[in-house]
Amino acid sequence: MSFWGRFCRNRSAVVGLFILALVILIAATAGLLFPEDPFKLVGRSMSAPGENGFLFGSDTLGRDVAAGMAHGARVSLLIGLLATSVAVSLGVLLGAMAGYFGGWIDDVLMRFTEMFQTIPSFIFAILIVAIMKPSIQSVIIAIAVVSWPAVARLVRGEFMAMRNREFVQACHIIGMSDWRIMIREILPNCVSPIIVTGSLMVATAILIESGLAFLGLGDPNIISWGFQIGAGRTVLRSAWWVCTFPGIAIMLTVLAINLVGEGLNDALNPRLRERT
Amino acid sequence: MSTNKRPEGSVTQGSAAHHAANTAAKQNQARPTFLTIDQLHVQLPTGSERSYAVDDVSYSLAPQEILCLVGESGSGKSLTARAIMGLLPEPYVHYEKGKIVFQGEDLTKVTPERMRQVRGGEISMIFQEPMTALNPVMRIGDQIDEVIRFHEKQSRRERRARALNLLDDVHLPDPPRIMSAYPHELSGGQRQRAMIAMALALEPKVLIADEPTTALDVTTQAQILRLIKELQASHDTGVLFITHDFGVVADIADRVAVMQHGKIVEIGTVDKVLNAPEHPYTQALTNAVPSLIPRAVKAVNEKPILQVNELVKTYRSGNRWFGLGKTPKQVHACDHVNVSLNEGETLGIVGESGSGKSTLARCIVRLHSSDSGEIRYRGTDLCTLDRAGMRPYRSKIQMVFQDPYASLNPRATVGRIITEGPIILGETRTAAESRAREMLELVGLDSRAYERYPHEFSGGQRQRIGLARALALKPEILVADEPVSALDVSIQAQVLDLLADIRERLRLSMVFITHDLRVAAQVCDRIAVMRLGKVVEQGPTAQLFEQANHPYTQELLDAVPGREWSRMRSQSQ
Amino acid sequence: MSQTAQRSRYVLKRLLQAVPVVLAIIVVNFFLLQLAEGDAVDVLAGEAGSATPEYMEQLREKFGLDKPLPVQLGVYMKNMLTFDLGYSFRHDMPVSKLVLDRLVPTLLLMVSTITLAVGFGIVLGLLAASSLNTWRDNVISVFALISYATPLFWVGLMMIVVFSLKLRWFPTSGMENVAMFYEGWDRVKDIAHHLVMPTLTLSLFYLALYTRLMRASMLEQSSMDYVTTARAKGLTERRIVFVHILRNALLPVVTMAGVQVGSLIGGSVIVESVFAWPGLGMLAFEALFARDLNLLLGIFLLSALLVVAINLVVDLVYSFLDPRIEVG
Repeated sequence: MSFWGRFCRNRSAVVGLFILALVILIAATAGLLFPEDPFKLVGRSMSAPGENGFLFGSDTLGRDVAAGMAHGARVSLLIGLLATSVAVSLGVLLGAMAGYFGGWIDDVLMRFTEMFQTIPSFIFAILIVAIMKPSIQSVIIAIAVVSWPAVARLVRGEFMAMRNREFVQACHIIGMSDWRIMIREILPNCVSPIIVTGSLMVATAILIESGLAFLGLGDPNIISWGFQIGAGRTVLRSAWWVCTFPGIAIMLTVLAINLVGEGLNDALNPRLRERT
Repeated sequence: MSTNKRPEGSVTQGSAAHHAANTAAKQNQARPTFLTIDQLHVQLPTGSERSYAVDDVSYSLAPQEILCLVGESGSGKSLTARAIMGLLPEPYVHYEKGKIVFQGEDLTKVTPERMRQVRGGEISMIFQEPMTALNPVMRIGDQIDEVIRFHEKQSRRERRARALNLLDDVHLPDPPRIMSAYPHELSGGQRQRAMIAMALALEPKVLIADEPTTALDVTTQAQILRLIKELQASHDTGVLFITHDFGVVADIADRVAVMQHGKIVEIGTVDKVLNAPEHPYTQALTNAVPSLIPRAVKAVNEKPILQVNELVKTYRSGNRWFGLGKTPKQVHACDHVNVSLNEGETLGIVGESGSGKSTLARCIVRLHSSDSGEIRYRGTDLCTLDRAGMRPYRSKIQMVFQDPYASLNPRATVGRIITEGPIILGETRTAAESRAREMLELVGLDSRAYERYPHEFSGGQRQRIGLARALALKPEILVADEPVSALDVSIQAQVLDLLADIRERLRLSMVFITHDLRVAAQVCDRIAVMRLGKVVEQGPTAQLFEQANHPYTQELLDAVPGREWSRMRSQSQ
Repeated sequence: MSQTAQRSRYVLKRLLQAVPVVLAIIVVNFFLLQLAEGDAVDVLAGEAGSATPEYMEQLREKFGLDKPLPVQLGVYMKNMLTFDLGYSFRHDMPVSKLVLDRLVPTLLLMVSTITLAVGFGIVLGLLAASSLNTWRDNVISVFALISYATPLFWVGLMMIVVFSLKLRWFPTSGMENVAMFYEGWDRVKDIAHHLVMPTLTLSLFYLALYTRLMRASMLEQSSMDYVTTARAKGLTERRIVFVHILRNALLPVVTMAGVQVGSLIGGSVIVESVFAWPGLGMLAFEALFARDLNLLLGIFLLSALLVVAINLVVDLVYSFLDPRIEVG
C-alpha cells in the first residue's frame, strides 16, 4: 500500500490534516481576511461575540479577537516550525555522533544531554527569553534549546542499533568513510522516526510558545494566542470570550498536529501498526 | 483432580466426538490415539501468498509417542501446534474448520474456561526462545507455582515441594536457588529446563514442543533432547515436537509428519520417512542435509596467505564509580589465537556461541581492532595499519554476513550496494556497474536485480547479493560468518554449492565461521575449534572428525543431532 | 552482600552520579548570569536610583566582579554549594530564604499532581487497553488526545470561569483563606479545598500522557512471548493481565514519570500564576515581572535540584520493579 493509502487508513489523522490545512490557510490569508493591524483598536471594547461585527468579540481595548487569532496563527506555526527545525538539526547532529562513535564521545555528549533533560525545561526557556529580551528569535532559541535533547536521544538510539547492523559493517569493510556511512547509509534508515518525533515536537513548541506569551514573554510587537489569553485573564469575570477562543485555537492546532503525527507514524512504520 | 472433570457436552458435541474417535481409530488401529487432528484449516489474512496457513491437516498422536512435525519456515508447522492450544495469533490467522479431538472432546468447540483447564493441565507447551517465553520480572519459582495454583487446590507448602521436585527432575543444580532466581540470571539451557519443569508440572498427557532447541548451542541441545526423551518416558507423555532439523528428528522421533505450504505431504515412522521417503519434497529435504562425512580432501598449497599470531581481544565493561558500579567484567573473546590460512584453502572456525569465533572474523577484516598479536596478510601485519594504510588491503579481504535481512541496506538499490565498494576504491561508475551486473550473474541472479531493492528478494537471494557485493572487489580471501545458518535447509544447500563453485572458479581462500559441524564437514579443508576465546584444537577436517584429540571437540561431535542416521545413510550409499 | 547493603550502595552510586549534573547546572546558571545585560552592581545602582561611576567601580571591586571569569566562577560555585544564592533587592531578603519558604506549597502541588496523574493514568490506560476499540477505549483515547493538546493556563482559566465564577464550588486563588484563621483539621480542609483546581489543572496534561503511554505499553507487552506462555499455562485472563502484563507495562510509565518531573515544575509556574498559588512558580512569575534575575536563577537552581532528587527516588522505585537492573 502506498504512503497515502496507509496514512488515510487512520481516519483521525485525516481529520487532523484537514484542521491543520484550515489553520495554515487562515494563517496564510490573515492579511487578506483582516487587513488591519490586529493591535489596532477597531471598535467598542468588551463586545460579546457576534456583537458590533466582532465574530469572537473584542477585548478590553476594543481589539478584534478574531483578527488577533488569525494573525496569531502565523506566529504559532512559524515559531513551531522554526524552533523544531533548529532542535531537530541539533539533536540529529549530536545524537548521530554519540550513537555512531560511542565511547568517550558518547559519554560526554550524553552527560551533556542528560543535564539538559534534568533542567526544568520551561523554567529554562523562561530564563533564556528573560535574559535575551523577548523577541521572536529569543523565543525560537529558547524552545529549540529545551527541545533538542529528545531528538538527540532518539537518534542516538537509532544510530547505536544501526551501527552494529551487518550492512553498516559491510560498508566499513569496503573502506567507506565514517561521515559517508552516517549520512548515506544510516541516516536514511532513521528518517521515519525523526519525522514523526519532529511533527509531534511542532505541537509541543506551539504549546511552549503560548505559555511564554501568556506569561508576557512573547515578542511585544507581534500578536499571538498566548498573549491574547494572558491579556484577557484580568477580565475573565466580565469577558470570558477573550480568553476562550484563542485557547480553542491552540487546542485545535495542537490536536491536529498530534493526529497528523500519529498518522505519519502509522504510515511510516507499517509493521508497528500491525502489531497493535 | 479438578482438571479431569469433563463438562457435560451437548448431544451434538458428544456425537461429533464420537465420530472423530471413530475416524481416529480407523487411521491408527495399532495404537490407541488420544489426540486427533482432523481436516484442520487455519486461515491466513486475505492478500497472503496462500489462503490457508494450515491446509486440511490430519494426524493423530498416541500416548508415549513422539511425533515430529518437520518443515521449513512458513510451512505452517508451528500454527498447527498453536491451534491445538487455542493460541493462534488472532485476528491475523484464525481457525476455520476441522476438528481437534483430545480424549473424545473437540477442543475447537469447548468453552474458554474448559480450554483454560486443558492448557497447562492436560496439554502443555514449551517454546523456542526461553528468554522471551519467561516473564522477565517474575521469579522462576512463582512462574512454576502459578501453573499448579491455577489448576489444583494445594497448600503453599505442597506446591513449593512439588516445584522443587520438578526442578530436580529436569536436573537443575540447587533447586532452591533457581526458585528464587529471575530468568535473566540463568543460562539459556537452564531457562529451557525451567520451562520444561513448568510444562510438566501437572503431568500433562501431551507436551507440545515448538522448536525447543533451536535457540540453544549444540551441546545444550543434545542435553535438552535427552531430557525430553527421558521425561517423556517416565511421565507417559505424548510429545508433539516441532522442528526444522532432520538431525533432531532422527534422534528423537517415533513418527514424522513432513509439512510443506500448510499441508502434510508425508507421514510415517521415522525409519520410513528418513530412510525411504516417498514424496519428492521429503526426498529433497533429506538429501539437502549435509553429510557428516567430510568431503574429499583436495591438494592444498602449503603457502600461507593469512596468518593470525597470538591475537588477543578482550571486552571490558563496568569498573567505574569508585568501586560502586557494576563489578568489572572481562570477556576474553580472543585469547592468544593462532591460526593460518593457506592459499586456496578453506579454514573452518567452529564453536558455540560466545566462543569468540565471530570476534576473530571481525578482527581479521579489521572491523574490530585487536589488543595485541598480529594478522599477517602475505607478510604484512594488518594490525599496525591505520585507516589510510589499510585502504589498499581492504579489497583483498572481504566478508559475507549471517543475517540476510540485516546485511543489506534496505534503502539502497542492489546496484548501489554492489558498486559502492569498487567506486570508493577508485573504479569508474560505468566499470563498477558492468562488474556488478557480471557479479549478479555469477551468483545466479538475473542482472535485472540491479535496479531493485533488497526487500524484493528472498533470504537465499539476499545472501547471493551479499556475496556479489564481496566479490565485486576481487578479494583473495573471503571471510564468511555463518553465511547459511539463517537459511532453510534446501536454500542452505544451494548457497553452499554456490560458495564451493565460486571458490574453485575464483581460486578464493576462505575463512568459514560456523556452529554447524555438518556444514563444516562439507565446506572446510581444515578446522579450528574454538571455545571461550581459545583455539582448543585444529587440524584437517577428516582427521578431526575421525579422531578428535581434545575432549571438547569430541563433545561437539557427539552432540551433532542425527549422527547415527547420517552414518547409516552414508553406509547405505 | 545483603539486599539492603546492595541497595544503599546503589543509592550512593546514583548520588555520586548526580554530583556532576548539579555542578553543570551551576555552571549553566553562572553563564546565564553573564549573558544578562548589566551585572549585580548595575542592578544595585538601579535599585538605589543613582550612583556615580566611581562608586560602581568600588562596588565591583568589593563583589569581585573585576576578577577574571574563572575566578568569578569559582566564587560563584562556592556560594552556590553553601546555598548562598545571593540577595533579592526587591524582596529585601536572601534568595535562599525566599525560595525555601515557597518550596513547601510547590511540593504539595507536585506530589498531589503526580499521584493523581500517574495513578489515574495507569487505571485509564489499563481500562482502554483491556477493552480495545470499544466505546470505553474510544472515550478514554479521545479524552487523552484533547487533554494532551490543551494549554495548561487555558484549562486553569476555564476552570475558574466554570467552577469558581459560575458554580462557586472552589475558590479562584490562593492556598488558604488567611482571614478565617483556621487551625488544625479545618486548616487542612481549607488548603485541600484550595488545592483541588490547581492539581486538576496541572495533572490533566500528565494524566493524558500517562494514559496514552500505559495503553501503548499494555498493548506492546500483550504481544510478547511470555504472555503466550502464560496462556499456554492455563492461567486466567485476569491473572495474565493484572500480574504478568501489568508489571512489565508499568516500567516505561515509571521511567516517563521520572523524565517528566522537570516539565512538571515548569507547568507549575503557569498553574501557580493562574491560581496565585504561593509556591516557587508564583515566585518565578513575580520575579519575572520585577526583572529580579537573581531570584529567577535561584528558583531555577532549586527546581533543578528537586528534579535530581525526584529522579533518584524514581530510579529506586524502578530498581524494585525491574530485577534486571543491576543494583549491586
